[in-house]
Amino acid sequence: MTNPLAIIGRVFLSALAEIGRLSAFAAEAISHIVRPPIYWRLIAQQMWLIGYNSLPVVGMTALFTGAALAQQIYVGGSRFNAESVVPGVVVIAIVRELGPVLGGLMVAGRVSSAMAAELGTMRVTEQIDALVTLSTDPFKYLIAPRLIAAVLTLPMLVIIANIIGVLGGYIIGTGKLGLNEATYLQVTSDFLEQSDVISSLVKAAVFGFFVALMGSYHGYNSRGGAQGVGKATTNAVVSAFIAILMSNLIITVIVFGAD
Amino acid sequence: MSVPMIELTGVHKGFGPKKVLQGIDLTVQHGESMVIIGGSGTGKSVMLKCILGLLKADKGSIKVNGEEVTTMGRSDRKQVLSKFGMLFQGAALFDSLPVWENVAFGLIQGKGMSKKEAHEIALEKLRRVGLTPDVGDLSPAELSGGMQKRVGLARAIATEPEIIFFDEPTTGLDPIMADVINDLIVECVKDLGATTLSITHDMASARKIADRIAMLYHGEIIWEGAKDEIDHSGNEYVDQFIHGRAQGPIQMEVLKL
Ligand SMILES: Nc1ncnc2c1ncn2[C@@H]1O[C@H](COP(=O)(O)OP(=O)(O)O)[C@@H](O)[C@H]1O
Ligand SMILES: [Mg+2]
Repeated sequence: MTNPLAIIGRVFLSALAEIGRLSAFAAEAISHIVRPPIYWRLIAQQMWLIGYNSLPVVGMTALFTGAALAQQIYVGGSRFNAESVVPGVVVIAIVRELGPVLGGLMVAGRVSSAMAAELGTMRVTEQIDALVTLSTDPFKYLIAPRLIAAVLTLPMLVIIANIIGVLGGYIIGTGKLGLNEATYLQVTSDFLEQSDVISSLVKAAVFGFFVALMGSYHGYNSRGGAQGVGKATTNAVVSAFIAILMSNLIITVIVFGAD
Repeated sequence: MSVPMIELTGVHKGFGPKKVLQGIDLTVQHGESMVIIGGSGTGKSVMLKCILGLLKADKGSIKVNGEEVTTMGRSDRKQVLSKFGMLFQGAALFDSLPVWENVAFGLIQGKGMSKKEAHEIALEKLRRVGLTPDVGDLSPAELSGGMQKRVGLARAIATEPEIIFFDEPTTGLDPIMADVINDLIVECVKDLGATTLSITHDMASARKIADRIAMLYHGEIIWEGAKDEIDHSGNEYVDQFIHGRAQGPIQMEVLKL
């Protein structure tokens, strides 16, 4: 019982089992995404809930992060008389990493938890069982629309976050640090490559998938009344954070590791 | 005799080390109203969920109209499920939808009926359970417990199922509302000619809606008989239960702790 190796082994095995259950859940959900009927109205409703309501927090995060980044790079760059790199580094850092990652984390905090709470409540009040008795598959009706909506919405949010993040850098760079306005925009567009934008959107879509998957998985499988729902909510956010950060690293290594 | 509507043989179900159902044998004939009585936490709801396939039985056979359902594939199961209606213990109304869409849900999603047509039927079913059409536009959260149960009943009968399950239909209601619900159940079932399986620990309700009564204790059916036989069952567990005595062979879990 107290053998540390045994404990490590048990933790490892139960983590594997959890990953297995999660994968089976994801596979089931994905199989419903491609099979009709598709609930367009529910997808649109979820896109609205995920996207519109996340705009303020995602926008603010991007604005302040872009601005702080410009300030830091300016201070760091001035040691080598390289203040002019500010726009280039800001746009690369925002588009490649910070826009999608911070946007994804912010949406995970809001949306994974809300999904877990909603589905968890539906589970413990037997609403999910009721769906089944009314000849409706909960994966198709509840989970597939959430996954589709999140995968479609996150890239849109991240485009907006990227633009606002660059804008934050621009405001500090030209307003406080005295960089030339036209040059700032010129350097920004010179540095930004198509592949940066594509990788940003791919990351966003992947993060959207994890946000909805973790929210749905933990909510759908929650049990034990209000306390169980609370636990599901926390677990959804934590696991969405981990999934986002890990998949970000993997995508970054694949896309940018080669050059 | 014809094929029973529901037939359970040796059904077992546990959760981890905890054994809940330990060999349930139960037969419900066509058109019959069977009521299962038993204490809280004895696995009455688990039994219904095993029949519906919401939970997977560990062992045993469950037949619906002669068809084995425990080994069925997804599409056959969906077919079988369309025969069922269920009133859940807490009504389990969808709080994201207005009342009328709750009632119409099985018609719209399950049977592919148009919203307009389903709306008509939903209002008719609401009237059937004594609710006015304006209730249809409310959200379930705005209703009292008794009204939620009525909406749940309307939803359960909306698709005119052959088999209806009632999970503690009167629990949590005052005695008068409970009797209203009992009357509605009896009437609705008579209208549809449905087979019903109900769960309750309310003896007044059991006497009102049952043709036959069975008692679940320690994961098994320990007594079964016609409604009139229950007062002289000769079974001391049944006697203790129907008279609600703390003393007797049934020891409450709390006393053992
Ligand atoms: N999904 C589940 N997971 C684990 N235990 C469960 C689950 N559903 C029910 N149980 C347990 O099974 C027992 C019987 O529950 P239930 O059938 O709801 O009782 P009741 O007879 O009051 O309807 C309870 O002890 C409950 O804790
Ligand atoms: Mg119960």
